[in-house]
Amino acid sequence: MQESISFTPQLAVSPITGILWLIPAVPMVASGGMALLKQARRKTAANLAVGSLSISLLLSLVAFGHVVGLWMGGQTAREVVNFTWIQVGATNVDLGWVLDPLSAAMLVMVSFVGLLIFIYSVGYMEHDGNFTRFFCFLSLFAGSMLGVVIANSLLLLFMFWELVGLTSYLLIGFWYQKPAAAAAAKKAFITTRVGDVFFLLGIVWLFAQTGTLLFFNHGAGSLEAGALSALLMQPAALGLTAAGAIGLLIFAGAAGKSGQFPLHVWLPDAMEGPTPVSALIHAATMVAAGVYLIARVYPLMQAGALTGGTTTALTVVTWVGAFTAVFAALIAVAQNDIKRILAYSTVSQLGYMMAGLGMGGVAVGMFHLITHAFFKALLFMGAGSVIHGSHEEQDVRRMGGLKDKMPLTFITYAIGMLALCGFPLLFSGFWSKDGILEAARHWTVARTPFYMLVFGALLTAFYMTRQVAYVFFGESRGEKTAHESPKVMTVPLAILAFFAVALGAIGTPAWPWFRVFLEGHAASFGMQGFNEPGLMLLMGTSTVVVFLGLGLGWMIYGGKSPKAEEPDALERAVPMVWGWLRDRLYVDEVYGGTVIAFYGWWGQVADWLDRRVWGGLVAGVAGLFAGWARLNRFLDTNVVDGSFDKGCEELSSSGGLLARVQSGRVQSYLRIVALAIIVLAAILIWSSRA
Amino acid sequence: MTPLAGFLLVAALLFAIGLAGALTRRNAILVLIGIELMLNAANLNLIAFWRYGPHPEMLTGMMFAIFSIAVAAAEAAVGLGLVISIHRHAHTTDLDQMNRMKG
Repeated sequence: MQESISFTPQLAVSPITGILWLIPAVPMVASGGMALLKQARRKTAANLAVGSLSISLLLSLVAFGHVVGLWMGGQTAREVVNFTWIQVGATNVDLGWVLDPLSAAMLVMVSFVGLLIFIYSVGYMEHDGNFTRFFCFLSLFAGSMLGVVIANSLLLLFMFWELVGLTSYLLIGFWYQKPAAAAAAKKAFITTRVGDVFFLLGIVWLFAQTGTLLFFNHGAGSLEAGALSALLMQPAALGLTAAGAIGLLIFAGAAGKSGQFPLHVWLPDAMEGPTPVSALIHAATMVAAGVYLIARVYPLMQAGALTGGTTTALTVVTWVGAFTAVFAALIAVAQNDIKRILAYSTVSQLGYMMAGLGMGGVAVGMFHLITHAFFKALLFMGAGSVIHGSHEEQDVRRMGGLKDKMPLTFITYAIGMLALCGFPLLFSGFWSKDGILEAARHWTVARTPFYMLVFGALLTAFYMTRQVAYVFFGESRGEKTAHESPKVMTVPLAILAFFAVALGAIGTPAWPWFRVFLEGHAASFGMQGFNEPGLMLLMGTSTVVVFLGLGLGWMIYGGKSPKAEEPDALERAVPMVWGWLRDRLYVDEVYGGTVIAFYGWWGQVADWLDRRVWGGLVAGVAGLFAGWARLNRFLDTNVVDGSFDKGCEELSSSGGLLARVQSGRVQSYLRIVALAIIVLAAILIWSSRA
Repeated sequence: MTPLAGFLLVAALLFAIGLAGALTRRNAILVLIGIELMLNAANLNLIAFWRYGPHPEMLTGMMFAIFSIAVAAAEAAVGLGLVISIHRHAHTTDLDQMNRMKG
């Protein structure tokens, strides 16, 4: 894609940074190739997709290794390649890509999780008639997502961002024959578009203020000190600086993509897509793009903060995140669709990430993003395996007892579930969630987010226990016998399960490798990390909370096998609250009653105006011309044509008379000549005599 | 009666015979012969007016007659050529059947 544009790097960069563009380009080119394939060439498509993403993974690993090498050597591990895309007068629009710890870590995560999901999809989509199209979209998505990650320009990031939105639309609506899937695709596209409008406004504003959209450009980028101080000098409305206002606009875009309240409504509906899509897009990568975006523009969000303080933008991010975390967790308690529970869980966890970014900085939010990507992809793929194994059943009340029939799925699912709940010490989710709670505890503005997030953790443990108890324990309530899924599906599950446990090792207080890597300090191992006052108490609290959630869940749902038609155990206790939660706290209904009703009304007004006013005007003018034309036709037929016809008749009849003379006989002509001569002679003689 | 009047009478007679032939015959060749007769009547007039005119020594009438005969020869050649070509085309020389160019 970029190779057609000639550019000269301003400073020498390492070879891997120079070819970093290949990472998104390879899957995208492969996707283009797959678009040309016949539907029947399944094997070729699968090989192309998996192969191209393997190349991306390989390059990502090399890039990651390079960044780690630079960092170990004590250098600033950030390399950029910029080039001019459009030049209008004195204004340049520059694009470029960046390799730094943030993008390197994200690259490895996206390409690795993506590759596992690709492999899993080969098994999951085996019987689908549009296998090739699926992998074409999936590769395009992976390429776009990798493009978002390496972009060094807000504009380039926005382009890939929209491509990601497009592929998400295509993949949610992959089974477009299902009306629900088509509607969900449309809803996802339109809802994220709402956020993107604000995002675009933020981009334009930033460009107007700083004249560049590059993040880093050797001191001249928009996220570097010069531009930021200029932005801070510029006041905007409501006591915000330009930096704060632009930050909030960008956050609106991120909220749309990452399913933050109030733009979260599309994410649960997006579960209509194939399950690998839910795993890849709506759990591991795309929804993380919003979080990644905030992490990427963090200097802008943080601009103007005093030491230990916060900014308006970050405060908003924190509150929205914390509220979303609790809000979505509450709804997840009362859902019955296995994927829908996970979807609300994802919304909730994204809220945690946002809150982590808002209160603790890039490393806290990003660590939860990475660990969550692994265990949520694991859970979704496990759910896919369950759905696949129990013959497309998605209602958890109709499953049950699957732990004996699908042992591998059960074990991996249990690991993912414990990681999500934050089961102490062993699982990565515990460490990443603890990082967020730790940051919340130290937040200077308010204590409420801390309590909200602790409550959210309790709910998370509770609803996950409920789900696992319904699906894997008790007696089987399904109509058909379930079976274990093929190897191509379970092996990626096992690999993900390994990482869901192991990733915790790089983010413990004893060895906070990931945090210092992202922040660029030197790493050190030591138990003194645990000595921070209050940390042990916090870990104890969260352990108690998790066990409380697990215990409550098991007490209510464990070992029982209620019929699907029976009311839920909680429903019997608090029927009214249950009803609210089951109906997803009426956010969709509120939108239906306000925004959509308004548009409906406005549409009707426009329709009426079109029909009566503009339509009437047009019809009037048309009528006028039609009348004028009718008058002209009358004049034509009766006046102009009449005289013309008369003239023609005259000409034709006299012509007929003359034509009789033109008999074609030479001698009759000759006769006339002779007669004429005689007449002439007679006249001559007669006149000469007179 | 002067000799000139005699010549003119003969020429007029010849012309009338030629005209009658050209108007009444159906055969194209006979019509051409009628036309030749009329031409020769005109030539006879030219010679007669020259011989009995004011300047018989200047040979003007003779010159006119020779020119006229040459033109008549060319005309006869073209006319006969046309007749042959029509005969080849329509297998007839009957003028009444050659009426395809009527209006």
